[in-house]
Amino acid sequence: MLIFLAKRFVYLLFTMLVVSMLVFLVLELDPGNVAQKVLGPYSNDEQRRLWMEANGYLQPLPVRYAQWLGNFLTGDFGMSTRFKVPVADILLPRLANTAMLGLGVLIVMVPLALVLGVLAGMKEGSAQDRTISVFSIATTSIPEFASGVFLVAIFVLWLGVLPGVSNMSSGFDLSQMVLPVAALVMYGFGYITRMTRASMAEVMQTHYIRTAVLKGVPARQVIMKHALRNALIAPFTVIMLQINWLLSGVIVIEYLFAYKGFGSLLLEAALNKDIFVIEACTMVAVLVAVGTQTIADIGYMYLNPRIRFS
Amino acid sequence: MTADNRKPVLEIENLCISYFTRAGEIPAVQDFNLTVYEGESVGLVGESGCGKSTVAMAIMRYLGSNGGIVGGSIRFRGRDITTLSGEELRQMRGSDIAMIYQEPMAALNPSLTIGAQLMEVPMVHERASEQEAYGRSRAMLADVRLPDPDRLMAAYPHQISGGQQQRVVIAMALLSKPSLLLLDEPTTALDVTVEAGIIDLVAEIAREYGTAQMFISHNLGLVRETCDRICVMYSGEAVETGTIDDVFQRMRHPYTRGLFGAIPLPSANKHDRPLVAIPGQLPLPHERPSGCNFGPRCDYFEDGVCAPARIPMHDVAGTASPHQSRCNRVEEIDWDAPPVVGQVNLPIEPGEPVLVVDGMRKYYELYDRSVKAMISGDGTRYVKANETLTFNARKSEIVAIVGESGCGKSTFAKVLMGLETATEGTITFNGVQIQDTEVQQRPAAQVASLQMVFQNPNDTLNPSMTVGGQISRVIRKFKVETDSDKIHERVMHLLDMVKLPRDFYHRRPRQLSGGQKQRVGVARAFAGNPAMVIADEPVSALDVSVQAAVTELLMDIQREHGTTLLFISHDLSVVRYLADRVVVMYLGQIMEQGTTEEIFSPPYHPYTEALLSAVPIADTTVDKRKIVLEGNLPSVVNPPVGCPFHTRCPRKIGAICERERPSVLEASDGHGIACHIPLEQLRAVEPVFFTVEPKSPPTAGIPAR
Amino acid sequence: MAASTELAEPVARRQSGLARTASAIALLRESPVGMIGAGIVLAWVLAAVFAPLLAPFDPNATILPFQRPGAVDPTTGKTFWLGSDKIGRDILSRIIYGGRRVLIYGPIATACAYAVGIVMGLAAGYFRGWWDAVLSRVSDIVLSFPIFVLYVIVISTFGASGLNIVLAIVFASAPGIMRIVRGLTLDLRNRDYVAAAQTRGESPLYIMFVEILPNARGPLIVDACLRLGYVTITIGTLGFLGLGLPPPDPDWGGMVNENRALAPAFPHMIVYPCLAISSLVLGLNLLADGLREISIRD
Repeated sequence: MLIFLAKRFVYLLFTMLVVSMLVFLVLELDPGNVAQKVLGPYSNDEQRRLWMEANGYLQPLPVRYAQWLGNFLTGDFGMSTRFKVPVADILLPRLANTAMLGLGVLIVMVPLALVLGVLAGMKEGSAQDRTISVFSIATTSIPEFASGVFLVAIFVLWLGVLPGVSNMSSGFDLSQMVLPVAALVMYGFGYITRMTRASMAEVMQTHYIRTAVLKGVPARQVIMKHALRNALIAPFTVIMLQINWLLSGVIVIEYLFAYKGFGSLLLEAALNKDIFVIEACTMVAVLVAVGTQTIADIGYMYLNPRIRFS
Repeated sequence: MTADNRKPVLEIENLCISYFTRAGEIPAVQDFNLTVYEGESVGLVGESGCGKSTVAMAIMRYLGSNGGIVGGSIRFRGRDITTLSGEELRQMRGSDIAMIYQEPMAALNPSLTIGAQLMEVPMVHERASEQEAYGRSRAMLADVRLPDPDRLMAAYPHQISGGQQQRVVIAMALLSKPSLLLLDEPTTALDVTVEAGIIDLVAEIAREYGTAQMFISHNLGLVRETCDRICVMYSGEAVETGTIDDVFQRMRHPYTRGLFGAIPLPSANKHDRPLVAIPGQLPLPHERPSGCNFGPRCDYFEDGVCAPARIPMHDVAGTASPHQSRCNRVEEIDWDAPPVVGQVNLPIEPGEPVLVVDGMRKYYELYDRSVKAMISGDGTRYVKANETLTFNARKSEIVAIVGESGCGKSTFAKVLMGLETATEGTITFNGVQIQDTEVQQRPAAQVASLQMVFQNPNDTLNPSMTVGGQISRVIRKFKVETDSDKIHERVMHLLDMVKLPRDFYHRRPRQLSGGQKQRVGVARAFAGNPAMVIADEPVSALDVSVQAAVTELLMDIQREHGTTLLFISHDLSVVRYLADRVVVMYLGQIMEQGTTEEIFSPPYHPYTEALLSAVPIADTTVDKRKIVLEGNLPSVVNPPVGCPFHTRCPRKIGAICERERPSVLEASDGHGIACHIPLEQLRAVEPVFFTVEPKSPPTAGIPAR
Repeated sequence: MAASTELAEPVARRQSGLARTASAIALLRESPVGMIGAGIVLAWVLAAVFAPLLAPFDPNATILPFQRPGAVDPTTGKTFWLGSDKIGRDILSRIIYGGRRVLIYGPIATACAYAVGIVMGLAAGYFRGWWDAVLSRVSDIVLSFPIFVLYVIVISTFGASGLNIVLAIVFASAPGIMRIVRGLTLDLRNRDYVAAAQTRGESPLYIMFVEILPNARGPLIVDACLRLGYVTITIGTLGFLGLGLPPPDPDWGGMVNENRALAPAFPHMIVYPCLAISSLVLGLNLLADGLREISIRD
C-alpha cells in the first residue's frame, strides 16, 4: 500500500517534469520570439538582444530550462507583460476566485448528479430512468457558453432577477455567483449522472443483489447497504476527473460572465501573448489535474475491497 | 402421499411459466407437477433450456420483469405462494425457502465482509441482536466445516477460495433453518475434489437438519449421489419422475434412455459400446412440435399415438413408489431390449512416438514488489507452472492429461503450441525439438501439423467472419491449397467431415449453436491434416447430448486420419471412455501416468485415488469408496516443498513427504507413480470402484444412500 | 444429414454488402431515441449540403443591421427569419452555412483522431509490456492537461487555421480513444479465436486488424458519435473564445462572441446560434444513445 502511494507520487512528479519541459519547449524555444513577446512587436533587434543578454536568454537551451525550472519552484513566475507586475501577484487571487466558483459548482452538482443517477439506475428502463436519462443527455448537449447564454436570456434579460455580469466590482455578491455556477452545473452534472446510472444499473443486475433479495432483505436495505457501496465506486473516480473538466469549463464561463478568475486570466494571457502568465497558469492547471487524478486512483484503490485487501 | 405419512413441503401442480418478449409469449415451462416431502431430496435434471432453473426461480417468485406464472399453483406447506404479497414474499425468502447458487463468487457481495452478510439473515428475519447474530453466524461457519471462523467473519469474499465461498453461501442459506433448500447447480463452477466436499456437506445437512432439498443439475451422476427421487425435464415439461433406483435402472422414457446412452458410464467403451448421441435438435420454445415434445427425435415415435394430442403423464406399473412417464407408448415399448449399439470399432495399434516430452519445466517469473523483498534483494519468485514433465504420445493414440485448476495443463498446452517457450527440458515433435521456438518462427508445415481445439465454443470463432471465411483463411495460411476453387472444395469437404450442412459456409458464428460452433472449431483444427491435435476441454461447455455427438465426431476423425490426440480434461468419465493413456497432473507435476486401465485400478497414486472417488457416476450398479480431501489447492506461487500433494494427502506417511520430492515408481512398463509409499502397499489398496447389487425399492422411511 | 443435436438460430443466406447495411439501418428503428437523433443529424447534414438553396441571403453580405426576427429586407423583399446581426448579415443564412464548417471539420478531426487512437490502442493492448508502458504514459501526460488549457496554448501559439484546429483536436482526443481501444483489446486478446490465430502463426498486424478490431466496433461506433458531439462543442467553444477560424466566414461560436455586447437589446443574435449548436449535439448524443441500446440488445 505504501509502495503504491510512493509510486503514484513519483509518477506525479515525473508527469509534472515532462509537462514543464513541454510547456517550456512550446513557449520558449526561440529566445528571439520570447523577447519579441515581452518587449512588444515594435521593439527592434538591438533592444531585444540587450534584453536577452540581461535575462540569460543567450545561454544554451538546457541551462535556460534549468534556470526557469529553478525559478518556478521558488515561486518566481516572472513578470506579466500586460499587467507589469509579478505573475504571482495576479495569479493567486484569481486562483482563489476560481476555487470559490469551483467549490460552489461541486457542492451543487455532486449530490444532484449522484441522486439522479441512483434513481435512474435503480429501475433501469422505467419511466423514471428514461426521463432522467433523456434530461441528462439534453443538458450535456448544450455547450457551456450556450447554457450561459440561455440562462442569461431567461434570468437576466427576460425575468431580470439576476445580474448578467459577475465581475464583483462592488465587493463579493452572491447573486453574481448564481448564473456562472448554474451554467457549469448544467453541463457537468449530466456526465456524472450517466456514469452513476450505468454503474447502478450494472450493480442491480449482479448475482449478489439477487442473493440479497432472495435472502429476504428489505428493498431499502438492498439498495442502501448492498448496492450503493458497490455502485458508487466508479462515480467517485468520475467526480474527481470532473475537476479536470472544471478547469476547462471555467475558461468559457469566466469569459462569458467577466468573472475575474484563473480561466479568464489564462485566456487573456493567451490572446495577448503574455508568455509568463501562460506558463504559470498552465503549470498550475496541470498540477491540479494530475493531483486530482492521483487522488482518484488512490481513492478507487481504497474503496474497492478487492484491491485494498489482496 | 407416501406410506410413511411425511407431509409435503412443496406441491407444484400444473405449473405453467411464460416469458413475454417483443416476439410474443414464449412458454418456458408447461404442465409441471412435483411434490417434495419433508426431509427428502429431489433432483431436477435436464439440459439447457429445459426450464429447471425457471422452476426454481418461480418458486422464489423471482422471474424478472418479463416472466410470469400463467397457470397452476405452487403450495408451500399448504399455502399458495403464487398469490403472496410483496412483504409476505420477503418474509418467506431466506427463512422458509433458501437458495444456493451456481457461482459462489458472484453470489457474494464483494464490498461486505462475510460476517456482515451472514449476520443479516437472523437480524432481518428474527430481529436478532447484533451479538446474537454474530454468535450464530460464527457457529454456522463451524457447522459447514470452515476453519478459523473468526478470521472468516472479518474477511471479504475474494480472500477465500471457491469451495469456501460456496460453504459460506450454504451457511447463509441455513441460518434461519429453512424447510426447503433450492440448489441450482451448486458445484458446476468448482473443481472435482472440491465438489466432492460440497456434495458431502449437502448430504450431511439433509440428514442433520431434516431440510427438504431440490437439487438442480445437468449431471446425472451427481443427482444419483445426492437425491432420493428424480424428475427429468425436457423442453419445459417433466418427462419422467420416480425414485433414483426406479428411474436409473428401469427408465421408462425414451429421452431418459437417450441421456443415459449419451453419457460415458463405466460400461461404455469406445470400441464396442460407444456413446450414442440423441439425433435431432432441441426445439426452440416457440417451435415446439404438436404432440410429444421429444417426438421428432424419438426412435419409437408413432404418428397418431404420439402426436398431435398433448401427452399426459402415465403411471408406470409395478413399482412400490410412484413412477411416472410422459410417454403414450410406455407399456408397449420393450424397455429390456438391448439398446441400439453404435458402430463397433476395432482398436488401433499405436505407432511410433510423435511427441516426446523430457524433463520439461516452465517457470514464470513473479516480481515481488513489497518493501521487504526489495530490502532483502530477494525480489524474484517463480511460479512453477510445469515441473519436470516427462511422457510420450504415439501415433494414433489418445493421451489424456487430467488435473484440476492450477495443475499446469493449460501452460503445457501453451508451450506445446509455441505461445510460450520452455524454461528447461525438451519437447520433440516428429523428431524436431520445439520447446524453444515460438509459433511465429516455426515452419508453416509444422504449425499446420500441430493444432488445437479450444474449450469455449462461444469464443472459438471470430464473430465477424463467416464460417467458410475462417476455414478458408486457415487453409490458405497453411498453404494446403492455393487455388481458390480447390480451397472452396476443401472447406466443403471439411464441413462434410464434421457433419455440418454445406450452406453453413455463409453463416456467421452467432447463427450457430454451441455444438455447431465447436464442430467448426474441429474442422478448423483438422484443416491442415495435423499429425497431432490438442483438445483442451473441448466438450465441457456443451450440453450432455451434444457432448456425445462432438466426442464421437472427434474420435471418428482421429480414427480415420490416425491423428494423435492430446485430450486435456478434468472429467474422468470422459477420459476413461476415450483415452488410451492418461497423465495425472497436480500443481505442475505428474503424479501418475499409464494406460487407462492401469490408472483406473490399483495401484493408485493417492491423488488419483481421491480424484477417482470424486467423480460422480450415474450407474447404479457401481459404487465407490468415499475419499474427501481436506484443505484447498495450494497456491502455485508457493508450492509445498517435497511432494506437492502432501498438504492434503490422506495417505501421507510422514516427514519424508514434506522434505523430498518422490521418485517415480514403475508399477509396470509405462505405468509410473510418483510417491514415497512403497509399491506393494499401493498394490494392496482396495479399488475405488466396485459393483453393487441394485437396492430394492424402499418401503418406509428415508431411503439409505 | 446434419447430426447436430441442439438449438440453432434461423438460417441466413449469403448477404450482399448492401443488404447488410440496409438491415443495420433497419435495426435503428428499434430505438425511438436513436431515430430522433438520426433525424436531427440528417436534417443538419442536408441543410449543409443544400445550403445555397436554403439560405435566403449570402452569409457574408452586410445588408441591414439590427433587424429583429421576421423583419423584411425592403430591397429584396426577403425575410430575415432570424434577424440580422450587428453588421447586417442575415443570421439564418449564417447559421446554415456555419453548419458546413462544423460538419466538415468535425468529422475530419474525429476520423483522424480515431486513426491515431486505434493504432496506439491496439499496439498498447496487444503487445503490452514496453509498448503499453510508453504509450500509456504518453497518453496520460496529454490527458493530464485540462483540455481547453491545451487548446488555448496550442492555438494561441501556433495560430488559428483549419489545419491547426484539426491537429489540436486530434492531439487532445487521441489519448482518450487510445484508452478505450486499449481496454477493448486487452479484453478481446484473451478470446480463444485470437489464440487460434496465434497458434497458426498469424502476424500481429493481422490479429490486431482482422481478429480484434472488427469485434470492437460496437463500443467504438457509439463512442464515435459521442465524440463527434464533443468535437462539435469544442469547435463552437473555440469560436466563442476567439480562437476559432478567422472571420468573415460564419462560425456558430464566433457569432455568439461577436454579438455578445448587444445581447441585452438584441438577444436573438446570440440565442439562435446557441440553439443551432445545441440541437446538432443533441442529435448526435441521442443517436449515440440509440446505438448503445441496440448494441446491448445484440
